[in-house]
Amino acid sequence: MDPRLSLAVGVSRLSATAIRRLGWGGGTALPGLLASLVDPAALSKLSRQLPAGCVVVAGTNGKTTTARMLATILKQAGHRVVHNRAGSNLVRGITAAIAEQSSLLGRVRGEIAVLEADEAAFPAVVRQTSPRIVLLLNLFRDQLDRYGELDTVARTWGEALTALPAASIVVNVDDPALAALTDQLASRRLTFGLAEQRCALDQLPHAADAAVCRRCGTPLTYRAAFLSHLGDYWCPGCGFERPPLDVAARAIALEGLERLSFEVAALGQQPWRVDIALSGLYNVYNALAAVAAAQALGIAPELIRAGLAATRAAFGRLERVCYRDRSLVIVLIKNPTGLNEVVRMLTSARIEAPLLILINDLDADGRDVSWLWDADLEPLAQTGSPVFTGGIRGADMALRLKYAGFPVERLRVLDDLPGALDAFVSELAPGQTGYILPTYTALLALRRALAERGVAPAFWRQ
Amino acid sequence: MELTICWLYARTMNIYGDRGNVLALAQRCRWRGIEARVIELGVGEPLEPGRYDIFFWGGGQDREQVAAAHDLQGPKGETLRCEIEEGAPLLAICGGYQLLGRFYRPQRGELLPGLGIFDAWTEAGSRRMIGNVVVESEEFGELVGFENHSGRTFLGPRARPLGRVRIGWGNNGEDKTEGCRYRNAIGCYLHGPVLPKNPQLADFLIEAALRRRYGEIALLPLDDTLERVAQSSAVRRAQATR
Repeated sequence: MDPRLSLAVGVSRLSATAIRRLGWGGGTALPGLLASLVDPAALSKLSRQLPAGCVVVAGTNGKTTTARMLATILKQAGHRVVHNRAGSNLVRGITAAIAEQSSLLGRVRGEIAVLEADEAAFPAVVRQTSPRIVLLLNLFRDQLDRYGELDTVARTWGEALTALPAASIVVNVDDPALAALTDQLASRRLTFGLAEQRCALDQLPHAADAAVCRRCGTPLTYRAAFLSHLGDYWCPGCGFERPPLDVAARAIALEGLERLSFEVAALGQQPWRVDIALSGLYNVYNALAAVAAAQALGIAPELIRAGLAATRAAFGRLERVCYRDRSLVIVLIKNPTGLNEVVRMLTSARIEAPLLILINDLDADGRDVSWLWDADLEPLAQTGSPVFTGGIRGADMALRLKYAGFPVERLRVLDDLPGALDAFVSELAPGQTGYILPTYTALLALRRALAERGVAPAFWRQ
Repeated sequence: MELTICWLYARTMNIYGDRGNVLALAQRCRWRGIEARVIELGVGEPLEPGRYDIFFWGGGQDREQVAAAHDLQGPKGETLRCEIEEGAPLLAICGGYQLLGRFYRPQRGELLPGLGIFDAWTEAGSRRMIGNVVVESEEFGELVGFENHSGRTFLGPRARPLGRVRIGWGNNGEDKTEGCRYRNAIGCYLHGPVLPKNPQLADFLIEAALRRRYGEIALLPLDDTLERVAQSSAVRRAQATR
């Protein structure tokens, strides 16, 4: 027994319980911070105990959903999984999550951990957990005031990966930045991406970040752009191109907001189909990432398929709740690409229901709201949806919509939460569905407001 | 009537919503019945004199900024300088603003030459200056934006600042100045983007462009209620966060 580690775990678990009892919140960060103060090596000591090691999931978009899918698959395969579920993805949140699932003697009760890591925390998380697999999803422009420029993020990731000689890297090579970043690590890299021309966009959206070759600076040419700068690309300057796909998704079927399915094509396997109760092309990427990581862990296709079929939407990711006879669909928006994809999903499903967009500018949202102007909201102006905006920067959102050509008569700026929720719900007819698009802290406030109204459970109980 | 907006380095220098400035210029023209065309001009593409009415240049990452600096060493930069001398309206934000000064001195490596349109220079700093900004400008009144830069810009004796910071860091975090003005050119660190929430700046650029192309023309007023609501909520936010 390691008394220091044991004390760290005890402090973390007790403070988490206290914070929840006192109703102060989820207790997903402070306990981990206390644990690392007691034992700075707590995270590395705990993760070393896992017999099947750790999987670290990183990327701008899709971490929570992908980690959740992979954890569900591993559970289907009979593993005991440690998982930072509430989206607490800094070193302290991860420490608290593992401590939560450890005995007071500092023994981890689990075989394998699936840990989502924040972009900025990624180098520290992999240094401390020495993962067996690193799953890299994408790199988008997100909260640049916190993370600095994309080039900086890409560089620190590259350094962190080079310092991990034993880890396998499962990477979305539809992202040219990630393909370039892992180029030197090709011998231990498993690539995934889409092989589906029908999902291609007509043109690169404005928020596309890495449309320039990371090697030589020439703008990339796309054979197909699927989602923002993710696609099948090549560089006319130096010949750099998307590497061959080890695991590919093809024959993709998106069925409204309810379901999606696709065929997995992997080397040395018969193609097989997966079917998931989630929607949007971004969830195809998330599911494919989980499939690729599960294959790298040696899990059989039947178990992967069963795990994905059992996956439900994560907190605020196309989550549906009923309140006062109305149906509310909640979709978290964090950055221009996420917002673009939600707009694409709503307009392609021809949804004309009222929308409530809640924009906050606290630290966890990114304090700079100028990202609203990097999103393509023009398609919304073509629909008949009335739009309500709220949150700390609701007026900025309304202004963005006005300049997207949205008729001002169909726009209304509501107050902050919880007032905005009540005002929005009273605009809906009984039986009607409304869509709520909150940023991260607005989602927390929305969840609190719904819990106070007896609707949804608090997020840390999920 | 028709105006042509030249968006310099649109694909490579467009960060933190800078493109919103182009949307604001185009929409505020269209709402007044003025046709607005936006032409993107990238590295290696020549600048045709007399073709454009308004120039916009946004911020970018280091690598893209270096490419733009080199692209402007030659006839393209000379044309841009002449246009500005002749009164063409221009708005440059952050990285673009820095390259309109005399030079940019990086942490290490060679001095990056600028166009020298503003009597100003920029030095790379170690601290990143991030946050909401409120500026008092004699010419344009209260301006609000969001700054995010580590470069520190200093104004020479012939330079006129855009205004003084009431909240925020401004040009360099020391002398309280923000931005620079010369003829109809404006350079500043205000992301946000700056024009939608400060429509008087957008209208200044449009009016200067119309005057130059069509002679004296009065600009039709627009209903800016929502712009004012967003502007004052951003100012309140700046007061609360700094």
